[in-house]
Amino acid sequence: MGQKYSIFAIARQAMQYHQGWERAWRSPEPKRKYDVIIVGAGGHGLATAYYLGRNFGITNVAVLEKGWLGGGNTGRNTTIIRSNYLQDPSAAIYEKARSLYETMSQDLNYNVMFSPRGLLMLAQTEHEVRGYKRTVHANRLQGVDTEWIGPQRVKELVPIINLEGPRYPVLGALYQARGGTARHDAVAWGYARACSDMGMDIIQQCEVTGIRTEGGRVKGVDTTRGPIDCDKLALVAAGHSSVLAEMAGFRLPIESVALQALVSEPIKPCMDVVVMANTVHGYMSQSDKGEMVIGGGTDGFNNYTQRGSFHHIEETVRALIETFPIISRLKMLRQWGGIVDMTGDRSPILSKTPVEGIFVNCGWGTGGFKAIPGSGWAMAELMARGHSPLTEEFTMFRFREGKFIDESVAAGVAH
Amino acid sequence: MLILECPYCGVKAEETELTPGGEAHLKRAGPGSSDDEFEAYLFMRKNPKGVHFERWRHSHGCGKWFHAARCTATLEVFGTYPAQTTEPPKDIQDRIRAKRPDWEGWA
Ligand SMILES: Cc1cc2nc3c(=O)[nH]c(=O)nc-3n(C[C@H](O)[C@H](O)[C@H](O)COP(=O)(O)OP(=O)(O)OC[C@H]3O[C@@H](n4cnc5c(N)ncnc54)[C@H](O)[C@@H]3O)c2cc1C
Ligand SMILES: [Zn+2]
Repeated sequence: MGQKYSIFAIARQAMQYHQGWERAWRSPEPKRKYDVIIVGAGGHGLATAYYLGRNFGITNVAVLEKGWLGGGNTGRNTTIIRSNYLQDPSAAIYEKARSLYETMSQDLNYNVMFSPRGLLMLAQTEHEVRGYKRTVHANRLQGVDTEWIGPQRVKELVPIINLEGPRYPVLGALYQARGGTARHDAVAWGYARACSDMGMDIIQQCEVTGIRTEGGRVKGVDTTRGPIDCDKLALVAAGHSSVLAEMAGFRLPIESVALQALVSEPIKPCMDVVVMANTVHGYMSQSDKGEMVIGGGTDGFNNYTQRGSFHHIEETVRALIETFPIISRLKMLRQWGGIVDMTGDRSPILSKTPVEGIFVNCGWGTGGFKAIPGSGWAMAELMARGHSPLTEEFTMFRFREGKFIDESVAAGVAH
Repeated sequence: MLILECPYCGVKAEETELTPGGEAHLKRAGPGSSDDEFEAYLFMRKNPKGVHFERWRHSHGCGKWFHAARCTATLEVFGTYPAQTTEPPKDIQDRIRAKRPDWEGWA
């Protein structure tokens, strides 16, 4: 068991000039064989490993990462956490995740800075008004705490907003008071530390280059650090899921596209909620450092370069300025992209695959940060028990059967 | 910024002038097709990290659909060609093979 973080630990370390902090996780050499190998040390891969250990006592686990942990979409997202989805299976898994976020810092003994500051999805057209009212009703039935609020209440919550339009008047909002944000890196680091403490191996700079199967069963993987065997294999590689599926000999209903975000220079606190404006494909929150964190829409074409098209940024910012005139003079500091894995119904895949022993967790697209703990919880159950009530509807075979979990009608952009 | 030359009007069009249309050369599943065939036709897109053939529309120009051969790992464009074909023309395939000797070919 590693060091416990607490105020006393900080005080103790202060006495010794902070020289005594241990590394948060080990960086071991890969073993020849593990019970479970997870490909991808993003939030979903690490959370899967964590709950395999915590809920099922399976700790002979390796998480293989081609770059550095959390360096994929987990470290590139705008950290919005909400569970106000339309369909029941979505509400179940996203609400499970949101509720686990509430106690994550305590559970992991790692401050993930979960900030349930409240989240508004603005309705800026009549259609959105109707759509979000419908979502509120659905959420009531699902036990997810959301409400419809009118423009005046929006203005109270977001004083810097311009309600009038003319292009994009604010007609109300879908409000989830328990939604918010968390520190994305910390989520990956906290899980990594907890996994390492349980004796799991997190192996960075280790790219999976091939998947070995025998008689329709998984045998192991080939990596840039040699072959490793396993009984069960989970592919949790977001934008690279199709590449890994191809190594295993099957295809996924996924396309990889770029999604971008940007942050401004830091300014004084001026907005203490998260605001999403789906009509204009933009959303914004203010970080603890004071930067305005802004996200936009996806590109329309397949791309693996982690570089998006500039005109999307321009469109997002142009539209947001109408709703938040105060930001028009802000300088933008940084802009970046991630490769997101889009499915046909804009819902994720947590599923067995045509190969015995291989599981896949992907398709979170533009909105999987919020789902990390719930997804890991459900995926661990699926892998340990062979089934989970939370993953049942998210099988990769639903497309053949026409059993979509259609979230794309609810929001064109679903972060 | 992606720039594709429209094979009909010859304009070197930048992305905002174009609309992406997904994977090219899909074969439509017809009456009598199996569930697997319909699933493949509707959802199972090739999503290669590398050479990709796609449909694009010159929407703010001549309005026509055309095809492009592109690399999704580098954004390199190998060429564009008219849509009235069921497979990439030979000169485009040759050009790709010259630049990507380990390309496994079209199909
Ligand atoms: C700009 C942007 C903004 C976003 N905003 C939000 C938001 O506000 N709220 C929200 O909920 N979601 C948001 N998302 C989506 C969210 O980031 C993702 O859904 C989520 O982080 C996916 O986590 P993951 O663990 O599945 O993938 P990742 O974090 O991408 O992890 C996958 C890992 O697999 C590794 N990998 C890939 N191939 C291999 C291989 N062959 N061998 C070994 N390792 C491999 C990668 O290096 C990577 O580290 C956003 C995404 C982007 C890009
Ligand atoms: Zn043209």
